[in-house]
Amino acid sequence: MSMFWTIWISVITLGSILGCFLLLRWCLSNDTGVEEGASMGHVFDGIEELNNQLPRWWTILFYICIVWGVAYLILYPGLGGYKGVLGWTSSNQGVLSLEESKLALQKDIDDGNYNDYALQIKYANEKFDPIFAEYAKTPIELLAENERAIQVGQRLFLQNCAQCHGSNAKGAASGFPNLTDNDWLYGGSGDKIKETLILGRRGAMPGWLGSMGEDGVAEVVAYTLSLSGRDVDLGLKEAGKARFVICSACHGIDGKGNQILGAPNLTDNIWLYGGNKKTVTQTLYYGRNGVMPAFKETLGEDKVHVVAAYVYSLSQSK
Amino acid sequence: MSETSQVHPEYNYKVVRQFTVMTVVWGIIGMSLGVLIAAQLFAPALNFDIPWLTYSRLRPLHTNSVIFAFGGSALFATSYYIVQRTSQVRLFSDKLAAFTFWGWQAVIVSAVITLPLGYTSSKEYAELEWPIDILITLVWLAYIINFFGTLVIRKTSHIYVANWFLGAFMLTVAVLHIGNSMVVPVSLTKSYPIYAGAVDAMMQWWYGHNAVGFFLTAGFLGMMYYFVPKQAGRPVYSYRLSIVHFWALISLYIWAGPHHLHYTALPDWTQSLGMAMSIILFVPSWGGMINGIMTLSGAWHKLRTDPVLRFLIVSLSFYGMSTFEGPMMAIKTVNALSHYTDWTIGHVHSGALGWVAMITIGSVYHLVPILFGQPKMYSTKLINIHFWLATIGVVLYIVAMWMSGVLQGLMWRAVNSDGTLTYSFVESLEASKPFYIVRFIGGLFVVTGMFIMAYNCYRTINAPKESVAANPATAAA
Repeated sequence: MSMFWTIWISVITLGSILGCFLLLRWCLSNDTGVEEGASMGHVFDGIEELNNQLPRWWTILFYICIVWGVAYLILYPGLGGYKGVLGWTSSNQGVLSLEESKLALQKDIDDGNYNDYALQIKYANEKFDPIFAEYAKTPIELLAENERAIQVGQRLFLQNCAQCHGSNAKGAASGFPNLTDNDWLYGGSGDKIKETLILGRRGAMPGWLGSMGEDGVAEVVAYTLSLSGRDVDLGLKEAGKARFVICSACHGIDGKGNQILGAPNLTDNIWLYGGNKKTVTQTLYYGRNGVMPAFKETLGEDKVHVVAAYVYSLSQSK
Repeated sequence: MSETSQVHPEYNYKVVRQFTVMTVVWGIIGMSLGVLIAAQLFAPALNFDIPWLTYSRLRPLHTNSVIFAFGGSALFATSYYIVQRTSQVRLFSDKLAAFTFWGWQAVIVSAVITLPLGYTSSKEYAELEWPIDILITLVWLAYIINFFGTLVIRKTSHIYVANWFLGAFMLTVAVLHIGNSMVVPVSLTKSYPIYAGAVDAMMQWWYGHNAVGFFLTAGFLGMMYYFVPKQAGRPVYSYRLSIVHFWALISLYIWAGPHHLHYTALPDWTQSLGMAMSIILFVPSWGGMINGIMTLSGAWHKLRTDPVLRFLIVSLSFYGMSTFEGPMMAIKTVNALSHYTDWTIGHVHSGALGWVAMITIGSVYHLVPILFGQPKMYSTKLINIHFWLATIGVVLYIVAMWMSGVLQGLMWRAVNSDGTLTYSFVESLEASKPFYIVRFIGGLFVVTGMFIMAYNCYRTINAPKESVAANPATAAA
């Protein structure tokens, strides 16, 4: 901030406070020419005004607040570019990227600057990092049997994952997978789950309305539903089977999906976006795009490890 | 000093009558909307899956209709009344007065149509889109010209203190409204602010907080300075206190906006400055309460018999409470607990229902008999019932919101020994549910009171002349 604005802000701020102080002093002295406690002598629609002295306790309160306000503005940043005696900042301001932010944060932690955010991060890291570092030493499948770790994992899940997957982790048929049914898009081993959490996933199913047309899609829908043992029109199913060759590129000849690509198994009657005919038709018409965000930066690898153990544990009790 | 001995100029009561009646009408509509959306918070099915009835669209309609329709009509009515009576002169222009009435009602009706349809600028308390903003500006300028014009042609030597507050409220609201509503229109129903990012947020809360400070505080203090001494039949306690608290209040309030943006992208210096000024503001705010309540010295016994005075004095108590609470919540460490919780909602309603609505209701009960040529209101007993409904309703409301607010704040910050948060958001929501029901009941009390008021006003206005007997005890007041 330029010196001009610092002076501008300081002058009007301190001027306003000083103005209040002088106003208070002036009103405390009776300059009205009317005896204290008497009527001011003007009458407005029958209303008179008395010339009473300001209440003493109120005046003292006013002084205290003015002194407090000025003291605060000396100690903390407030008057434009002036940094304040304490050198306090809430966080690093003016950083333009995550990279810059991390460097500035680390610098403040290393230098022991009075940066509120840096101090809290430092405190949290020192106190909690060892706990998670300890958990990270245990393989996920084993950690899933540690009741305490599962509780911690559940807490993290409720804060970070439940928004999409639900508090009970059963997902929702609008593209949010159920995590309790041991049906995995990308694989259900501890390491695969962790990989999904660390890197995130992008599921992409193309739309087929353009190339197959409505009739073509209706045929493929019939065949797809039949794979899960649903009753369908046999003629449509047979026609759909021929067209399914295209689909098998991702979903496999038998329709059992492909975890390398994240292509769902179509034979288990579990539907990511809903399994009624209308919804499956929509899926085929326009395709689907699923996004699982990456949590490497948000949670860090050690915490992801514990969350992975929790998610893994959900499919183990069955 | 009885009124009969004064020769009244022919005041323009027509516009005062119009605005007074609409105050009651919009009060019922605005508060009923509040009760509906309060119910939706614990029973979401009450939006009936109709987009126009969803919380997101009715909430801005609720705030706009209680602040600008109910509060605004009350301010127009009382300011036009006060400025004429205390200047001993008819309004500067009857035509401008009529324009402000019909113009303001047009603004409100536009809000009632556009907000449920989803047209919004999405700036809090300034949701109306730009064509309506222009109409507001025109009406407001007419209002200012009419009010100050009346002061210019006044027959009294000084300008009465109530008019200082009303004048300050009008001028500042004009500046706030025009400043915050600067937009680039892209169509008749959509526009984008000329400000961006943290600057836009700062403009928004500079406006938002001063909508509270000047619309809902300075304006209603003007109302207080007339109706409290008038109803109590006592002189204003201290002329010098009114000077110091007026100038300190209006010069400090304008700084307080940043306290709505603590711990955000707003620069540290702006946050600290807003907080320091908010704390100092506490004292001049209380100046108004002291001057109002002390005006009653020597007339405390009147509270026993006069429910109208009771409305006015209880409103001052709520005013004192919320102007203590506000600066406290502006302290960053307190704000860290209170912000984004229901505590803020409780604070706003102790101001809006406890202070603004109660002082308005008291003033309307004072005004209606005078405006419609009756010696007193149709039923004092109904005023009394209204008083208790309103008081109990407000207390239920704010206590419920305090409890749920502090509970939410504590739940959100609770941390386990491993550093993970103890509660998920949904758990705090479940914990809030009982308080949402209590808040709804409180709101129901308040709205019931408003319906009783409407009935009482209707009976007073329509009573045949001489059928409402003057109460000998209060006839002199």
